[in-house]
Formats: sequence, C-alpha cells, structure tokens
Amino acid sequence: MNEVCEARPMIGNEAIARGAWEAGVKVAAAYPGTPSTEILEYMGSYPSEDLHAQWSTNEKVACDVAIGASFEGVRAMTAMKHVGLNVASDALLSQSYIGVNGGLVLVVCDDPGIHSSQNEQDTRIFCQLAGVPVLEPADAQEALEFVKRAFDLSEQFDTPVVLRSTTRLCHTRSLVRTGERLEREPVGFLEDPQKNVMIPANARRRHPKLLERMNALKQHFDDPEWSRLEKGDPKFGVVTVGPVYTYVKEVLPGATILKLSSSFPLPEKTLREFCESMDRVFVVEELEPVIETAMQSMGLQVEGKELFPRIDEFSPEIVRQGFEKAGLLEVDENREEWEIQPMIRPPVLCAGCPHTTSYMALRALEARVAGDIGCYTLAAVEPLRAIDTTVAMGSSIANALGMAKAGCETKPIVATIGDSTFLHSGIPPLIDAVYNQANITVLLLDNQIVAMTGGQDHPGTGKTLRGEETVRIDYAEMAKACGVKWVRTIDSYDVAAMFKNLREAVDYPGVSMLISNRPCVLDPVKIKGEPLRIDAASCTGCQSCMNLGCPALSWSGEFHEGHNKVRIDPLACIGCTLCAQVCPTDCIRPVLQEAA
Amino acid sequence: MTPSNTIAADPIPEPGITPGTGSQQKEPVNVLIVGVGGQGVIMVSKVLARLCQKSGFQVKQSEIHGMAKRGGAVFSHVRFGEQVWSPTIPAGKADILLALEWAEGLRWLRYLNPRKGTFICDTQRIVPPFACRNRKMGAEQTYARETPSVIFERVPNGYAIDASRMAEELGNIRVANTLLLGLLSTALEFSREEWQSVITEFVPPKTRELNRQAFLLGRNWVEKAIQEPGLPSEENTEKVFFDPQARPRIELEITESWCKGCDICVKMCPERCLRLNEGLVAELSDPEACTGCRVCEWLCPDFAIKLHLHPVQGNC
Ligand SMILES: Cc1ncc(C[n+]2csc(CCOP(=O)(O)OP(=O)(O)O)c2C)c(N)n1
Ligand code: SF4
Ligand code: SF4
Repeated sequence: MNEVCEARPMIGNEAIARGAWEAGVKVAAAYPGTPSTEILEYMGSYPSEDLHAQWSTNEKVACDVAIGASFEGVRAMTAMKHVGLNVASDALLSQSYIGVNGGLVLVVCDDPGIHSSQNEQDTRIFCQLAGVPVLEPADAQEALEFVKRAFDLSEQFDTPVVLRSTTRLCHTRSLVRTGERLEREPVGFLEDPQKNVMIPANARRRHPKLLERMNALKQHFDDPEWSRLEKGDPKFGVVTVGPVYTYVKEVLPGATILKLSSSFPLPEKTLREFCESMDRVFVVEELEPVIETAMQSMGLQVEGKELFPRIDEFSPEIVRQGFEKAGLLEVDENREEWEIQPMIRPPVLCAGCPHTTSYMALRALEARVAGDIGCYTLAAVEPLRAIDTTVAMGSSIANALGMAKAGCETKPIVATIGDSTFLHSGIPPLIDAVYNQANITVLLLDNQIVAMTGGQDHPGTGKTLRGEETVRIDYAEMAKACGVKWVRTIDSYDVAAMFKNLREAVDYPGVSMLISNRPCVLDPVKIKGEPLRIDAASCTGCQSCMNLGCPALSWSGEFHEGHNKVRIDPLACIGCTLCAQVCPTDCIRPVLQEAA
Repeated sequence: MTPSNTIAADPIPEPGITPGTGSQQKEPVNVLIVGVGGQGVIMVSKVLARLCQKSGFQVKQSEIHGMAKRGGAVFSHVRFGEQVWSPTIPAGKADILLALEWAEGLRWLRYLNPRKGTFICDTQRIVPPFACRNRKMGAEQTYARETPSVIFERVPNGYAIDASRMAEELGNIRVANTLLLGLLSTALEFSREEWQSVITEFVPPKTRELNRQAFLLGRNWVEKAIQEPGLPSEENTEKVFFDPQARPRIELEITESWCKGCDICVKMCPERCLRLNEGLVAELSDPEACTGCRVCEWLCPDFAIKLHLHPVQGNC
C-alpha cells in the first residue's frame, strides 16, 4: 500500500497516518477514541521495519511512550480524541518545559456537535495552557502536509506540537497526493539532566525558555508559508482556520480570506496588516473564540461568536446564517420546510449484545448503578434504563466508592465498567475501594474487545495492534492481587446465573467483583447463530422480551387481548436466547428445533 | 429518466485545497445517501465516490460513524465536480437523496433540492425497538406515517421501490444496495459499464453475478416506472386488529391472605409496577403502568392475583 507520489482517496485519519509515515515516524502509540481511532490502525498497516505502532492502555501511557521515543531522538507520534488529552495532559504540560529530541507530535481530534463523546471541549485552549503550538489542517491533503510540517516545527523549535483535527476532517474522504518516506538517522539519547529532569530548580529555568519559544513561534508564523491571503471582495475580510475554511469558501466564494494554519500562537503582524485594509473583519472558527479573543486583546476590531455559534458542529448553513445576520448575504428563501416526524432512531445495543443481561439484572435488583463509558452506556435509556451516573472513563468505581462513603444510600451500590475501560483507568480506583474497605460491587463487562470504537485489541484480548499474539491479562487474578476477596466469572448469556451471582455479590460485605464474559457480537468476528422464532399462537404480548431492547424484536401487527404480539427479525437475530430465557410463556424457540 | 434530468459536471483532476476565487466554477453535484447502521450506506457511497474519482472529478465523501454501527441513523455526503469546498451538502442542495430505508428517507428530505432534486427510496421499514414503546392496549407503532404518494406530491422527482424484497427474491437481501445503485445510475451521467466495473471492485467475487443482476434489475425498473407513473405501493399503512377505543378498564385483585411474599410477580412484571409492601404482601404500586398483561396472574403459585377487564360503558 505504500506506493509513492500518487494520488488516491483517503479519509483524514488515513492522510494523517500517511503524513506521519512520510515524516519518518519510528514510534506511534494511542488509545482508541472516536474520531481518532483509525489513525493508529492505518499506522499499523505500514511495515514493522519502518515503525512500531501500538495500542496503549490509556492516552497518558501512549503519550509517555511517544515522549520516551522522542528522548531517544526518533520521531514519535500519539493520537487521541479531545477528552484523551485530559488524561494525557499531565505528561504534556511538563514535556512542554522539556521540549523534544526527536520530533514529537500529538494528534488531537475534537468532536464539535458531540457525535460520539461526552463533551465538546476545544483542544486549542489546552494548547494555550501547555504553551505548545497547534496546527489545524482544512482537508485530508493539508492533514498529510501539516503532519510533516509539525515534525519539522517540533525539532526546529524544541517543542511538542499539537495537530488539531475534527470529526468531519477525520472522516471525510478526498483525493490525497502522497510522497516518499524520509528515513532519518536516529540522533540517540542526549544526556542533559537540566533539560530532561523536571525537578523544581530545572523547571524554573525551563519556564522562561518556553515563553521565549512562544514568542519566536509567533514571529515564525508571520512567514507567508503559514497563512494564505486570498484577495476578493475588498469591503470585508474573513479570518478562518481548519475545515471551517471550506464552509466559508462554499458560501462566500469571492470573499477576501486570510486562512491561517495555526490558531496558537497567532501571527500578530499578519493579522494587524490584514485588519488595517478592511472595514469589517469576521473570525469564523469552530467551538471556542480562541482566535477572536486573541485578536481582540491585540486591540483589533473583529466580529465572531455573536454571528457564528460557540457550540455544535459548523455546516455551510450555519456559516451562511452567520453572514446573513451580518447583512452580507440575502436570507436564503429557497428552503423547503417538511413537517415530518419520521420518529427518532437512537443507537441501541446490538441484537445479542452480551451487556444486555447485566443491566436487565441490575434493573430488577433496583441497584444504584455508577456507570462508565462504552457501548454499555446505551443501557442508560429505556427499556433497560439501569444506569444512574456516567462521568468520564474509569469514573464508575470511584464514584461508587464515594456513594458508599456518603453513607445514606439504601440501595446496593454497583459500578459497571467495560474491560477496556477497566484497564484504561479502573485499576487505581479498584485498589482504592479495597484499601478504603468500601461495600460495593464491581460488575466487569468483559466482551473481550474495545467495542464502542469499532473493535480494537487491548491487553485483555491477548493480541497486539498488528494482530500478533501477546500476553493476556487475567482480570480475576488481577482483582485478587488488588485485594478483592469475592471474585467470580459467569457467562453473560446465562440469565439465571447473572441474577443469582449478582445477588450474592451485593450481599457480600466489602468489594466484590463479578465478571460477565462473552465476546461482543460484532468484533473481532461477527457472530450470527440460528435465529429464534416466536410461536404467535402462544405469545400473549406481555412485552417481557421487549424489555431487553433487542433490535431484532418488534411488533408483529397481531394482538392478544389488545396487547401487541412480538416477532423476531430472522436477519437481525443472532440466536443468543436471552429473550427465550425471559419469556414467561415459553413461546420463543430456535427455528431448527421447531422444524424437527 | 429523461436526459434533461441527468446531472453532469466537467472533470478536473487537481486534489486538495488550491487557492483561487472559485466564483466562476460550476456547482458540484450533491448526492446524500442515508439509511440505518449495518445497511451498507458507506459501501454505496464508496462506490459512487470511486466512480467519480475514476472519471477525474474532485470528490469529497463525508460520513459520521461511531454510534452508527449500533442501529442508529447513518448518512454519507458525496459531492463531486470541478471544485468541491464543503465536505457536507448544504440543506436544500442535494441533487439526489438516496435512502436505503423509508423513514430515513423522510428524515433527510429538507436536504433535497426543492426545485430539481430526485428522491430514491427503498420502501422497506426497519422498525426500531423505540417505536414499540407504548404499552397501552391497542397501541400503534410510532413509525413514520407518510406514504410514498404523499411525498411524491411534493418532491420534483421521486422513486419508491421495494428493493429489499426484490433483492430477496433474487436470492440475497444484501444486494438491495446494488439494486438501488442501478436506480441511481440512471440519474447520473456515467456509463453502465463504468458503474458495473466499479461495483465489481467492491463486491466479493462469489457474488459478482448476483450483483450484476441486481444492478440491471434496478436500472430497468426505472424505465418501467417512467412508463407507468404511480407505481409505488401503499403497503406502508398498518392493519390494526384491536380497536383502541374499546380499551377496557383494568382491575388487579390481590388476595392478601393467600400471598406468601415470594416476590415472583414483582420480579417478573414487565412493567415493574408491583412491589412487596411492609407486610411482605404484593401490591400494585403503579396502577397507571399496569397494562393487564396477566403475567403475574399466571405466575403466582398461590393464585393470589386475579385480573379483571371491565368493558368501558358504551364502547363495545
Ligand atoms: C478519555 C477517553 N478516551 C477514549 C474515549 C473513547 N471511548 C469511549 S468508550 C471506549 C472504550 C470502551 O470499551 P469497553 O470499556 O471495553 O466497553 P465496550 O464498548 O467494549 O462495551 C472508548 C475508547 C473516551 N470517551 N474518553
Ligand atoms: S458492538 Fe458489541 S458490545 Fe457494542 S452493542 Fe454491539 S454487541 Fe454490544
Ligand atoms: S435470541 Fe432474542 S434477544 Fe437474542 S438476538 Fe434473537 S431476538 Fe434478540
């Protein structure tokens, strides 16, 4: 796949990986997270002689791995979703003082519009806090080029560099011209404790260096190679950056535009000159008013967030409406309004999802459930509706511990956490719970994969990013080593065992851990067993099975005493038998058995 | 479709963002492809994007996945032409809206160009569990009510086809996408051979022949649809066997002295509207939620629960 100097369609994430490969990256590490996940998957498609690509247990670990490689003088990269930077920030904020030996780039992918996240924080503010420059490509071609430039910049200015992408850029496919890989001679480790060891005395010396560096970068970004002036309508000007540039071009193809490559630090001279020649200047940027506020503090008159919202993903319509409000465009009358409510279609757990049983049992148990992040978060809504809280990855166990220590909860307290999330950040709170002798139950949902992000391997699957066999973590042994005395593993498809063991687990005074184990039905292999069928004559329409929320179940159009009877879609059903196990009239059976 | 309905643009090969005013350029062609997670929206849009790219157009194909896999709504924007800026199609600017599922087609109608857009939709209905939530006697699904004829009164060009059933009859419901590509092919100016060679790249070798048949079936269907307007079926209207007006009043009689507090009814009630009171006797804690399904009546080992359905006066 590594032909050189040709053009082919790539999604932004593939272009980022390609850029990193061309830049000569030797080590790449990441923890999955939408929309960044594919970057490392694509890195893993390059030969292992060229680079080491790995899944790490969390974003901080991944960032530290990249930092370690940079210390050794090779180019290194880590990629994460926006909230991943919260986890990795501890390392980044110190590394910013240290700088780099081999180029170090963090690709951070924001999710404006919250397509698949818990918030829509703006990474650029983190970059200001850390004092690291941030580059913002507008499309896949630029993404490839900016990654390469980010590495040069990193080495030239002795700084980690952030490349900010967004969901839209990550997942838009367009034609990309590729180049060749630059093989670099490794520099080797540079022994320099004053630079590399952040004790207070050294950190005090490094901090002014960081400020000097920011200044130097500010001037460097004034170089015309870092911004593009497109002359058009002389009456007003638009300052923009990243994918939003394409929306501006879409709605105002003839505008005068200053397209920046970086939103921090800003090229002050360039911006001043641009504003001088204009009556009105607009800043169009997605999420926070980062450029706008900085320009205002330079004393420049700009319009921004009063026209273009601070929340949600931008689109050509939203940008258009902003310019309509500003009086620069006529209101578009050519819109058709449709008063159609086709019904909402929220994402649901898959037919046969092994998480289903756990939440069915928890709801019946009337437990207080501290939830976590993964596919299983979908059990927070009807019909399972069995999750009381969801904060951030790995929060569940410590949230449960806090609930227990509050001392006023009458319900049994259960933390539910996925296998990957447990490895990401669930182990320290588990130890905390044991150490502080809390009376809680941890329900570990081991579906043997990172399902939410599309099926990645992790230390519990026994496979590496490149699919090679490796050590496999044993959760039961680990829990015991952490001091948990009550540990049991059950089959997620055994409804009776789930009810029985969960009841025993919550009755146990202290920390208990129940491991619910079954592979995800989508990944790594799609599971499709013989479908079940409902004997319409015996179905009383009691809706017990519908309480599972299985998408293979819907109403058949027949009634019993006014109650809708249920049917199973044979294409969607995977034959997990959960519905059959809960059916009070025993009318759900395998198709095969019926035929016999 | 008549040639005047086909959409064309001239090819230019330069990828990526290039400076320029762009004000003189022709508008790109916009195709919005929508459906439900797992249906193959992405495959359909990849075929189209590949075809456009092979023909020398600049193409942008943009989709949101993540939650999509789990049965949610999926959509993919494909834009091609001389110069494509935004990766997403502005509302009201889609030349073609291709929907793999009926309600999803309706969801995106505001993206369709109200003057010249073409709406192509599979009439198959994928009913999410969410639409079967009302537990009242005689409750209806909350699936979209609009039928093809209602929609066709308002869209410039519309095609509703039972592609999934036709694919099933052909031998595999999964080739419904290729069948729809056959329909789509008549609305865009690429040759039949070009379409078929790209589709071949994307389907497993074993299913090539089946996909070829599906593609031609869809393509030929359009010709028939033009000759016999008003083809779409009205099968979308649901039959109701229970008159919701005749909903009886539900009374749950619990004989306290027979109840030994075994908790079976409480745990098995699908509406979770029973509980054990302080004296460990079952009681109806949420009478509003009780649907009269009789599960508790049947499961009580001591026959302590009896359900009465009282016809509402004047209704039956
Ligand atoms: C800090 C952070 N990193 C990454 C993510 C993205 N993410 C959401 S859930 C998840 C993993 C879930 O895996 P697991 O706990 O095994 O549950 P599953 O989806 O397999 O059910 C990830 C990586 C996130 N939300 N926050
Ligand atoms: S992808 Fe796997 S874990 Fe996620 S809902 Fe589907 S079966 Fe469950
Ligand atoms: S067996 Fe029942 S619960 Fe399992 S996938 Fe099939 S319909 Fe759904």
